[in-house]
Amino acid sequence: MLNQVSMLGRFGIELVRDYGKAGLLLYQAIVRVPNFRKGFPLVLQRVYSEGVLSLTIIIVSSLFIGMVVALQGYNTLAKFGASSALGPLVALSVVRELGPVVTALLFAGRAGSAMAAEIGLMKATEQLSSMEMMAVNPLQRVIAPRLWGGFISMPLLTLIFNITAVYGAYLVGVKWLGVDAGAFWSNMQASVDFRTDIMNGIYKSVVFGFVVSWISVYQGYFATPTSAGIANATTRAVVYSSLAILGLDFVLTAMMIGGW
Amino acid sequence: MDNLVEITNLHFNRNKRPIFTGIDLVIPRGKVIAILGPSGTGKTTLLKLIGGQLRPEQGTVKVAGQNIHQLSLTELYQLRKTMGMLFQSGGLFTHLSVFENVAFPLREHTRLSDAMIRSLVLIKLNMVGLRGARHLMPSELSGGMARRVALARAIALDPKLIMYDEPLSGQDPISMGVLIKLIRTLNDALGLTSVIVSHDVQETLSIADYVYVISNNKLIGQGTPDMITHDKSEQVQQFIKGLPDGPVPFHYPAEPFSKDLLEGVKAC
Repeated sequence: MLNQVSMLGRFGIELVRDYGKAGLLLYQAIVRVPNFRKGFPLVLQRVYSEGVLSLTIIIVSSLFIGMVVALQGYNTLAKFGASSALGPLVALSVVRELGPVVTALLFAGRAGSAMAAEIGLMKATEQLSSMEMMAVNPLQRVIAPRLWGGFISMPLLTLIFNITAVYGAYLVGVKWLGVDAGAFWSNMQASVDFRTDIMNGIYKSVVFGFVVSWISVYQGYFATPTSAGIANATTRAVVYSSLAILGLDFVLTAMMIGGW
Repeated sequence: MDNLVEITNLHFNRNKRPIFTGIDLVIPRGKVIAILGPSGTGKTTLLKLIGGQLRPEQGTVKVAGQNIHQLSLTELYQLRKTMGMLFQSGGLFTHLSVFENVAFPLREHTRLSDAMIRSLVLIKLNMVGLRGARHLMPSELSGGMARRVALARAIALDPKLIMYDEPLSGQDPISMGVLIKLIRTLNDALGLTSVIVSHDVQETLSIADYVYVISNNKLIGQGTPDMITHDKSEQVQQFIKGLPDGPVPFHYPAEPFSKDLLEGVKAC
């Protein structure tokens, strides 16, 4: 019994210590006088690595997701003679939920894992230590640009996901299943609100981008500098990010539906 | 004599295991100082303590008269601009070419024009004989070449102190000869102070001005290479001559062998 209490206590202390370390990492990486001359090119480079290079997986996935939602939605709506409501169904599903959540999950799998592995490997090969000894703070040179890169890339990727998914639904619904194009677009325009639907989805993606990047850089930075340690860090980055995305999605949705 | 580094009563533990229990040593300016000792005695840890990457439990480490562990982060980074460190693995940035690796500290800490940076990088690379390899990526370099590039990078900002962590380990005889010659030549030509951590005894003794030998958490010997070679301490002699058994035992501490074997028989 005493052992179990002690184990629980140790787990609690470890958990609080991890949160503390993650908080300090974030503080030391972000809170500083900005240096645009050096910082801007680094952030731009990260937007390319994390955002532009994720475009293929985002576009292909969103196209198929849009097509599948349209196919499933049409089958159900047609039973009630409401196939003209396919546009709003797809648009609302995508911009409110599927867009931000699936983009974030894909982002965690592609960019988050790459971030954790890259930083972990830099640590294992003493690149971070050598940077420190050259009087360059790795938190500001390596970690901060990756955090900002994820923060900026995610909403943009989500917008692209939304657009492509809706286009995929249009191809299936209008071009293949014969839903009237006018009804598809006009019902969508009438039902989707810019602030409560589109912007709320974008707010979610901003939060997800920040959290996924934070978890990934933390896992990489504190990885055990061995091959097994880096593999574990990469796995944890994806698993923790995915759980955080799904958990936060519920919290954010509840806040948004409850009118904040 | 003017000392660049002064270490007093240094105590350091790792995971509650003592690494140093009261070490005192000084590193005079302009000299090549060797720190020798068996693997796992904390030689690399000592360099990290001098560079302020680790913090001691007790004792002081003064670099250029400043207690490195009492400096603010800004002051520490300012002091590190006067230090160079060559890591065991080289620590080259794998995504940058040889040229960009050497240019990295210059781009970070100066506002020199590209033309000036190019000239400085080529001068440093020429010093280590790799001017012609400037377009290569780190993955295209041999182990010896990678260390020479790391050396060129370490001297890019013209430091006062340069620390070498096992610069000779895993090197073929030619690379070893090149590195040994470079360390001495650069020290004398640039007026550096060099600290070499190594367990390649003969090569290191050939260029060192003064030697410290560390074992069992403390200094077990010090002196000029000649004094160390003729030191009467059994521990020092075992290490210098590479004897398989002695004060540092061949066997890791264990139960008597016969007892271990009998336990196996009983279990059957």
